[in-house]
Amino acid sequence: MKRREFLAAGAAAGAVAASGSSAWAKDYPSRPIQLIVPWAAGGGTDAVARILGSVMQKDLGVPVNVVNRTGGSGVVGHDAIARAKPDGYTIGLATVEIGMLHWQGLTKLTYADYDILGVVNQDPAGITVSADSKYKTAEELIAAIKKQPKGSFTASGTGQGGIWNVALDGLMMDQGMPADQVTWIPSQGAAPGLTDMVAGGVSMVTASLPEAQAMIEAGRVRALATMASKRLDKFPDVPTIKEALGSDWTMAAWRGVFAPKGLPDPVKAVLVKAVDEAYHSDDYKKFMTSRGLGMIYMPPKDAEAFAAKADASFGKVMKAAGLAKG
Amino acid sequence: MSVYLDALQLVFQPYVLAVIFGSAMFGMFVGAIPGLSATLATALLVPLTFFMDPVPAIASIVTATAMAIFSGDISGTLLRIPGTPASAAYVDDGYRMTLAGKSSEALGASLFFSSLGGIFGTIVLTVAAPQLANIALKFSSFEYFWLVLLGLSCAVFVSPGSATLGLVSLFVGLCAALVGQNNPTGEARYTFGSVELMAGIQFIPAMIGLFAMSEVFRYYVHPAAKRAPQAVRGSILRKQFANLRRYPWQALRGASLGTAVGALPGAGADIAAWISYAVSKKMSRTPQKYGTGHVEGIIEAGASNNGAVSGAWIPALVFGIPGDSITAIVIGVLYVKGVNPGPTIFIMHPQVIYAVFIVFFLANLVMLPLGWVMIRMASRVLSVPQNILMPVILLFCITGSFAINNSVAGILIMLVFGAIGFVMEENDIPLAPAILGIVLGPMLERNFVTSMIKAHGSPLGFFERPIAAGLGVAVIAIWLLPVLLRRLTRARRVVKQGA
Repeated sequence: MKRREFLAAGAAAGAVAASGSSAWAKDYPSRPIQLIVPWAAGGGTDAVARILGSVMQKDLGVPVNVVNRTGGSGVVGHDAIARAKPDGYTIGLATVEIGMLHWQGLTKLTYADYDILGVVNQDPAGITVSADSKYKTAEELIAAIKKQPKGSFTASGTGQGGIWNVALDGLMMDQGMPADQVTWIPSQGAAPGLTDMVAGGVSMVTASLPEAQAMIEAGRVRALATMASKRLDKFPDVPTIKEALGSDWTMAAWRGVFAPKGLPDPVKAVLVKAVDEAYHSDDYKKFMTSRGLGMIYMPPKDAEAFAAKADASFGKVMKAAGLAKG
Repeated sequence: MSVYLDALQLVFQPYVLAVIFGSAMFGMFVGAIPGLSATLATALLVPLTFFMDPVPAIASIVTATAMAIFSGDISGTLLRIPGTPASAAYVDDGYRMTLAGKSSEALGASLFFSSLGGIFGTIVLTVAAPQLANIALKFSSFEYFWLVLLGLSCAVFVSPGSATLGLVSLFVGLCAALVGQNNPTGEARYTFGSVELMAGIQFIPAMIGLFAMSEVFRYYVHPAAKRAPQAVRGSILRKQFANLRRYPWQALRGASLGTAVGALPGAGADIAAWISYAVSKKMSRTPQKYGTGHVEGIIEAGASNNGAVSGAWIPALVFGIPGDSITAIVIGVLYVKGVNPGPTIFIMHPQVIYAVFIVFFLANLVMLPLGWVMIRMASRVLSVPQNILMPVILLFCITGSFAINNSVAGILIMLVFGAIGFVMEENDIPLAPAILGIVLGPMLERNFVTSMIKAHGSPLGFFERPIAAGLGVAVIAIWLLPVLLRRLTRARRVVKQGA
């Protein structure tokens, strides 16, 4: 009863003064927080959200519940985060797709529709081939792609216009070829793409190396390069694309904690601090290293600039590659 | 080797063992109640599995379904009302034995040979699945396209009733599979602007609707008269070793045929039992005794339907193509748990899969003591009033379909599919092909489109790889054979009449 009265008082205060939110924030957080994940339980994003949530809830003193809102290439979940009430009780783990979906015409949402609390992970694209492929280095593979007629090679790892498709098209253009020199075969994600490659269905997969880790360790898949600026700790023998091809092209998937636009400043401060502390906790570090997932932290200001830059570069590549609409 | 040890460790934990025990009791109960099928038991379990790790989640389904298929025999034998459709084939034999005062022997045979059949099927699963997976690693979208088409064709032709009704059911499923944005182009179809529908028709709520909600509707439309059976007295298991010595080949034939039928997409325990009963009668030295309270058919068909429960997991794990409606749900659960079915399952999650195999053995062993208890308690369990049971099921239906995605849309989907399932069953349209349509429709489309892109738009690509060509010929043969046979018999008749 008491809380309801308090909430009513808070709402009234909010109605009277636009900055009435300070009354709220004193007590924030006072009830469980929802952490929306736009991808399925059991996947990489879900796992990151669960570990983040478990550390944040210790810090905030209220439960942080992970809620999976899947489907529509991530539109459903991202939409749910943006539409939630900006009271700090609904946040979400947004993924790189937020910078891509709107170029494809699948949603109107962009990073600008959110209050960004921090970017917590980044995984660069890779180049992998089947273990029985005749290409041993990225250089040999790219040379062969250049020599053969357009469409002789096929690649997979995600859906049409997904992050790894853009990574490949960008690389092709960077190497002076048309974006669709290699035919993209849409798949449901990295795992089915890799399976198809091992079966001889596609020539290469450009998913991130952590996604291919099990298949690499089983000796079924060979990693040729990573589209990062420096080698990955987990794969010290795999050269960067700069070392292999002399190319400056990089592309990576990332994940960040987003909130609906318009959080009251004190609430935002509490959440930003919680994300910061969760990122720097031992639990998070241990989990990310065990999965081979890339550790990177950007506080709100940097994250916003990063998201804006990523958005613009996606637009450029996707328009040139014919993946964008309108 | 360490993989097997890991698997043992995953299973032999107090929590997992408790889950196995609990779901065994649950499965026994649901199976025994007439009208509540093993698939319904699975559909109701799914929401609970969200809160579990992959191994206990899968273990609960494995155990509950194995138990339910056995305990369906209990009400069949005592009341002549099969508890699940899988017990329908030999219900007369069991009931006549009860009338003759031999209910304990009939149920003992059901229990003992169910357990044997289940263990046989599990051995086949354990041996065959990894081998098959090695071959399946060479399967690309061309092979999968044909395999899925083969599965859908089987579902239509082996479904009980006519192939026409099977086709109707299949198209209901395929239409539902069209909705949403999860197609190769990423375009939204039939979503009417709803963000919820962009994810497509959510599978689990649809399943709960088709199998559980429809049962609730049916109860309120045709309430069943309640009959409580007599308690079962007499030794249950003592005579079974003599039965095994007397009918060893029948048991083996039932178990192996059941496992094979189970592995066929779309054909589950019920069809396995019917086929095995027919085979048993045909091969028996005393076919005239079948249907009059003869234990031979119970042994063969009872082993068969439990073999089918295990056999259905072979294509489900190796190809992601369900062998029956239960494994169709299982595949959904596996995806939710991040254990994606397919040939790489043995590379990515070997310990989980071996743990599942261990659970299969455990479940079929634990069936003996628990089944014994269940038979002794049968008269009391079967007297649980339906007007208490149905509201509980309704509650499970609603919470379960909400919990999968925390959205009210799930409840709506569940209700709509409950109505669809009710109408279908009222008109004798089988449900299994619809389920396969929902699960396999997107897979069919995806593999067709990616194959066409790879082949640069040439349909000949579907016959260029040897395995794909073989599968393609098989599919075309399945569809052409009935037509050709009919033509042939008609031509012969014309010749005869002419002569």
